[in-house]
Amino acid sequence: MRLTRRDALAVLAGLGVTGGAVSLTQFDPPTAESTGEGRGSDGERGGDGDADDTPPTAVRETMVAAGEVVYPSAAEGVSEFVETYVVGRTRDDSRRAAMVDAATELDDVARDWEGAAFADLPADDRDRLLRELGVDAADPVPDGTLSERLRFHVVNELLYAFYASPTGGRLVGIENPIGHPGGAESYRRATMDDPETTDSGGEGDG
Amino acid sequence: MDRSSVADADVCIVGAGPAGGLVAHRLAESGATVVVLEAGPRFDGDRREQLEQHVRPGLGGPWEMGGPRDAFSSTGESFYPLNAARVKGVGGSTLHWQGMVMRLHERDFELDARHGVGADWPIGYDDLRPYYAAAEREFGVAGAADNPYAPPRDEPYPLPAFRPSHSDSIFAEACERLGIDMHSVGNARNSEPYDDRSPCVGYGTCKPVCPSGAKYTAESHVEKAEAAGARVIDRARVRRLEHDEAGERVVAAAYTTPDGETHRQEATQFVLACGGVENVRLLLLSDSDRYPDGLANSSGAVGRYFMDHLFAGMGGRLDRPTRQNHVGFNTSECHQFYDDADPVNGLKLEFLNYAGPSPVIDALHADTWGDDLLDQLDESYGTHVSMGALVEQLPREDNYVGLDRETTDDLGDPVPEIHWSVDEQTEAALSRANEIQARVLDDLGVEDRWTVGPDETGPAYHHMGTTRMGDDPESSVVDAECRAHDLDNLWISGSSVFPTGGAMNPTLTIAALSLRLAESLRATLG
Repeated sequence: MRLTRRDALAVLAGLGVTGGAVSLTQFDPPTAESTGEGRGSDGERGGDGDADDTPPTAVRETMVAAGEVVYPSAAEGVSEFVETYVVGRTRDDSRRAAMVDAATELDDVARDWEGAAFADLPADDRDRLLRELGVDAADPVPDGTLSERLRFHVVNELLYAFYASPTGGRLVGIENPIGHPGGAESYRRATMDDPETTDSGGEGDG
Repeated sequence: MDRSSVADADVCIVGAGPAGGLVAHRLAESGATVVVLEAGPRFDGDRREQLEQHVRPGLGGPWEMGGPRDAFSSTGESFYPLNAARVKGVGGSTLHWQGMVMRLHERDFELDARHGVGADWPIGYDDLRPYYAAAEREFGVAGAADNPYAPPRDEPYPLPAFRPSHSDSIFAEACERLGIDMHSVGNARNSEPYDDRSPCVGYGTCKPVCPSGAKYTAESHVEKAEAAGARVIDRARVRRLEHDEAGERVVAAAYTTPDGETHRQEATQFVLACGGVENVRLLLLSDSDRYPDGLANSSGAVGRYFMDHLFAGMGGRLDRPTRQNHVGFNTSECHQFYDDADPVNGLKLEFLNYAGPSPVIDALHADTWGDDLLDQLDESYGTHVSMGALVEQLPREDNYVGLDRETTDDLGDPVPEIHWSVDEQTEAALSRANEIQARVLDDLGVEDRWTVGPDETGPAYHHMGTTRMGDDPESSVVDAECRAHDLDNLWISGSSVFPTGGAMNPTLTIAALSLRLAESLRATLG
């Protein structure tokens, strides 16, 4: 199954991020100039991004790399989906700093323990690192310990995006998952509709 | 924000839920000067924040209940989870309700006369009938006249019913074979646009939050009341009602605002509309030399006869997709057994559209991810079915709401004490509900069964009976117009006035009584 930008936008719409906040055209390939990317001359990572508050490239790469681990192997299009979601999600000032901090800390741990950026680790090592940090068993707490914050701002953020999207939901048999305003018809159908012939909603906010 | 009192108020209403909101709207529209004092906040802003708070663990509850403001004691045999059962804020508990609305049956108003149990209401179904119709219009109830067991009605529902779910069609196979009648159920939820609110768009989180606004909340009538001139003061915690020297009239409501200031709101008429627990608490906190047992309590009935509806359920899994959790409301019920005499307690059956877990919520609580998680979700979702039931609890004097004078809230006031238990007769009715449910599930071949019966039951969060209505001032708190026997200008709006509670979700009856009260109260203003 292939995740798309549209899926990410559908989830963002369900969370109230709509209209001008996230547009399809804003996801041109980022440049160092446009994103405040990567390392500055002093070697610091995870800057504040550029004027439009796009999260730093390193953060987006870390989130994509985490998505590749926490999503099922059948998922395709993870990079585009996660980037779209993370950019939209971090438009929320109440979430932006914490998500950037958590992703940056995860990357820091990877560099300390594994000698490489989280995004550069093989998928099995990323999975192992998250489990060694106790993220699988941690309660999600927005301002808790590192494990708790990684669970909330990285793993659960990504899992919410996936399983509240029509495409992610379809993978387990529900095209209108909780949190997605997918209309008041699907509950009547005996089977999932054909996604090729059905508007998956997404922009609707009731 | 200025939270000071209003001069020359005709009516002061305590509580901005459906009972207060409807009264405020009707009276303000008629030209009265109305003030509403609400203990909780206004929940402004995007309702999708509350959706996320509900779905994602770690964000706390969406309606900010359970802090020091809301402390309580539960002292009966059965623990009562009070703060899960109510919301303080503009909109009241309709902020988190599911939105099921149906009329009580004729027998509910005359249980004592018909069956020698419970109590008779001082009014009958016919007295309330036109107000039920008006309440359905106010809420925008979606429903259909396909329920052969419903009491008589003169007009169609304002909105067409939501059509049956795929899950309903599965149950229908068994019910047809068993002679059990399924029918639509009233929903205070827009099946099409109504009253400037959206139709349902399928967020699936009706309880505790509808981000689209399709589900009715009392915010609607509070806003209309304000548009008609009413003043609504939020975070205004009423702590005491003061009466005149003769003890015949309430003269002021004393309330405290977030800055710690205490104000007095004077008015000609006062309406208590803050639920079946806080109505009692405020009356008891307002004791005086003239009324040492609390205001409006010469009968001793204030706080007594606390009732809730009890839940009975049964479910399991089938070997076919059941398509659950697309929406958070039900589309079919069965009221066939409601009027049975053995047991006499009313009961209604529900066919749930949200049986079993939701994949997204399960995923957020899982201890793994990737393909392992997908395997878990594949196993947990897709084939569940469930039936629910609400069962009537008859009024008993030893189920009560009182004051725990040993425990105080953050303002130093004694907290409510809930003393509640489930009696054997109600347990028998729960078993009866389970028997019917088992017949249906047996017929369908449901496996991996679970049951919520007398031993596991819990309350449905409907607080009733604690300021009961009656003709006799010796045994009741308010009269048939919902006016206190003891004080000329004190009215009580809400399910606390129900002498019995039937087994129907109470809010439509709360609304009907509120509209009737508003009419009576308006007549006293001249």
